[in-house]
Amino acid sequence: MTSPYPIASILGILFASLTIAAGLIWLERRLLALWQDRYGPNRVGPFGLAQVIADAIKIFFKQDWVAPFADKPVFIIAPAIILVTVLLSFAVVPFAPGIVVSDPNIALLFFLGMSSLGAYSVVLAGWSSNNKYALLGSLRAAAQLLSYEVFMGLSVMGVVMLAGSFQLSEIVHAQRGLWFVVPQFLGFILFLIAGVAETRRLPFDLPEAESELVAGFHSEYSGMKFGMFFVGEYLGVTLISAMITVLFFGGWLGPVLPPVVWFLLKMFFFISFFILLRASLPRPRFDQLMSWAWKLLLPLALLNLIVTGAVVLLLA
Amino acid sequence: MLSIVETIWRVFTHAFRKRVTVLYPEEKPYLAPRYRGRIILSRDPDGGERCVACYLCAVVCPVDCIALHATEDEHGRRYPEFFRINFSRCIFCGFCEDACPTYAIQLTPDFEMSEFNRQNMVYEKEHLLISGPGKYPGYNFWNVSGVAIGGKDKGQAENEGRPVDVRSLLP
Repeated sequence: MTSPYPIASILGILFASLTIAAGLIWLERRLLALWQDRYGPNRVGPFGLAQVIADAIKIFFKQDWVAPFADKPVFIIAPAIILVTVLLSFAVVPFAPGIVVSDPNIALLFFLGMSSLGAYSVVLAGWSSNNKYALLGSLRAAAQLLSYEVFMGLSVMGVVMLAGSFQLSEIVHAQRGLWFVVPQFLGFILFLIAGVAETRRLPFDLPEAESELVAGFHSEYSGMKFGMFFVGEYLGVTLISAMITVLFFGGWLGPVLPPVVWFLLKMFFFISFFILLRASLPRPRFDQLMSWAWKLLLPLALLNLIVTGAVVLLLA
Repeated sequence: MLSIVETIWRVFTHAFRKRVTVLYPEEKPYLAPRYRGRIILSRDPDGGERCVACYLCAVVCPVDCIALHATEDEHGRRYPEFFRINFSRCIFCGFCEDACPTYAIQLTPDFEMSEFNRQNMVYEKEHLLISGPGKYPGYNFWNVSGVAIGGKDKGQAENEGRPVDVRSLLP
């Protein structure tokens, strides 16, 4: 399944994902405010929507400053990496039949590979900043992303077994009868936790940890370079929500409404859930984070894999 | 584990609660009558200035934001030649109101005094004087004080007996 109009798909998805990522700044502030009994930005434009434009203008006109003690080439390239890897991952996400850039038969592996590459961005940013807090943040990021990557891959293998394919459109088609969230509920929970950790969102924002590390790996960044980390984070949230929708909630499948509307509805539900997690949960200690990953979640992912494999074998 | 789920749920229920934010310019908060805001100078019920230029407010002011100079009119009534409050210094502590012996200087429930130009924060007497008596409607300092001024001699104030004649032997 490829798009009949590839250029239109590429431009459309690029534009839509960047717009959604920018709009999430507004959505997050409004939703956090709602759950904290406040209003959030509601002055600029209708419902404060133009706040996004105001913020973008402001960040574009800020001085593009590079710290004199930083490792300049690496410092500049680091924010680009996160944006590129996340945007590349969007290439394989099937939003609806026909609305996809590319649908290779290894799409899921491509997504996992790209999210691993994204870890370089954080690590290089912290390293090249030549700043102890940034370095601490990137150390944490490296450890966190590596350990959560492991069971993120394992948690979706149950889905792959049930669908019999790494191709995302095949996985969606395999959910015509029943969404995979029912037979793979454990896998869904594990993927959700790993997804939050992969995007470094609260409660797993230890690489940033404002209260401990100034701003973690991006302490030294300002202007649009910081903006790229910011947009990269929101793109990551969008991407993980899209992947949850594809892998566990039947992608674009749904009655009455057009497929792409169903996809966006499900995706925004999970984006809102990510924001709810931010509003409600405190940040764990770093050793707690690591022991959770290795001692609890990894064995659970393996157990899920074994049980799913056994069931698939028995039914075959 | 369950406590985490419960936390998420409880935070979610806040979506249906009333928001505490007061949308300020459209929705004004209630200010108590004794709120300490913009400082004014009040007048007697018969329209004269209450201030007798005693300098007590200027002395008690912890940030020295009040400046005035006393003078007298033809009836011997003291009044300030100029009276200046620098509101960019004022901390709205209300000490001046406490110190004032004539209820002239009063703080009002108004805080909307923003200016683009710092110099506009300096209020002169014509900006401070209001037309009414403020919080003390019937009060007139000269009518209750024992000071003699033009048109009112000693012993002619309210609730005041005639002055004792110290040279007389009669009680």
